[in-house]
Amino acid sequence: MTDPDIRAIYLEELVKIAPDLDAEDIANEDHLQDDLELDSMDILNFVSALHARLGIDIPEVDYPRIATLWQAQPYLLARLRDESGG
Amino acid sequence: MGVFRMPSLGSDMEGGKLVEWLVAPGDTVTRGDVIAVVETQKGAIEIECFEEGTVRELQADLDQDLPVGAPMALILAPGEQDAAPTPEPPATPAKTPEPAFAKPVAVVAPTAAPPSGRTAASPAARVRAGELSVDLATLEGSGPGGAVLLADVEGASAPKHDKPAKRLGQMDEMRKAIAAAMTRSKQTIPHYYLSETIDVQPALDWLAARNEGAAPDRRILLGALMVRAAVLAAMKVKVMNGHFIDGAFHAADGVNAGVAVALRGGGLVAPALIGADRMSLDETMAGMRDLVTRARAGRLRSSEMTEGSITISSLGETGAEAMTGVIFPPQVALVGIGAPHVRPWIVDGAVAARTVVTMTLSADHRASDGRQAARFINDFETRIASPETL
Repeated sequence: MTDPDIRAIYLEELVKIAPDLDAEDIANEDHLQDDLELDSMDILNFVSALHARLGIDIPEVDYPRIATLWQAQPYLLARLRDESGG
Repeated sequence: MGVFRMPSLGSDMEGGKLVEWLVAPGDTVTRGDVIAVVETQKGAIEIECFEEGTVRELQADLDQDLPVGAPMALILAPGEQDAAPTPEPPATPAKTPEPAFAKPVAVVAPTAAPPSGRTAASPAARVRAGELSVDLATLEGSGPGGAVLLADVEGASAPKHDKPAKRLGQMDEMRKAIAAAMTRSKQTIPHYYLSETIDVQPALDWLAARNEGAAPDRRILLGALMVRAAVLAAMKVKVMNGHFIDGAFHAADGVNAGVAVALRGGGLVAPALIGADRMSLDETMAGMRDLVTRARAGRLRSSEMTEGSITISSLGETGAEAMTGVIFPPQVALVGIGAPHVRPWIVDGAVAARTVVTMTLSADHRASDGRQAARFINDFETRIASPETL
């Protein structure tokens, strides 16, 4: 799994949760809550979707680490490596 | 044989445009089946059937604007012989198979008095005809008994006029719908308000422990605790749960908890969690997730738009600390929940930093008084203080 893969999956699942967003318009630094207006229920649905898709269980304390694409890519890659390595 | 009519979609909506039929003549339907999808000011809504039987005939066309009460389909009762359809007498609203508390929607309908001796027309058609300066008497009606429907008026005017509705974006339409319902609420409901700031630290600690190690699908949000506490309080203080219709308050049997969902870019929708009184906390959470998901996707059901018996509106995790909400008619109460804030608080006689939430109950003075509102708030606070009892 590479950065572009993670990026594509992040955007794909995000747009499923918030169908009125357009993946093309989402910038690397757009914040899920502050810029894209996801509420807590949306965030939880997003985390669930990433869990189902990638097998990564993101605990509540780590939610801020997926708040933007920029932050999420290294975090998710590292978590994926942990899962496969451990 | 029954005529299935366009049901009410809530006090702030006058109708919708038919975009999809999910049944065809010959299909059997039961109560609660989704038979069509209409596009409304608040997104697509699935229209549920209130009858049981066999679809004999579809009476509305795709892309047709259907005001509340417009005929949609002829449905034969189970075992009923297929007979030639008898012509419908004009204006038989008594047959409309709507839930009882959907009735007040008629009040929202344009108020021009139905003039006797004039052309039969739906209220929406009358208003639109006025807007477009179309003489109803010159139109051929496609409704029951030749009544002029909205689509007839728009069809007649189409070559000459743009529909005003089409020029407005969907946001403007939603703004209009909210404005109409909230204006009606403020003009007819004597609101009063009581509020209380509640220490939610025990609830947050309980949630954090419960959610730690739980798969995302099993996690619970503070919002679900709030809805559950409000539902339990509404079961206890029954004058907060129900509808004010035809000059009288009618307590609801169960609790259908309207959950306000803010939509991206503005506007909101408050679909009801039907039967919330019979749900556990886990089920409440699952139900809320489902409602939010479908509100985003534009797939709410007509019953969810009309059958709420009390509404809970929450500002979410960040934002202002209190909200004094406007009641969603014909309901009689709204629970407004502010965002959690850390504040100095007295715990066991000493100052401590605690996360607190301010809840404000907006209530209808025609149905209740401050003492009952205080009981509601007291019950709510007690529940939140012991989250394990929710």
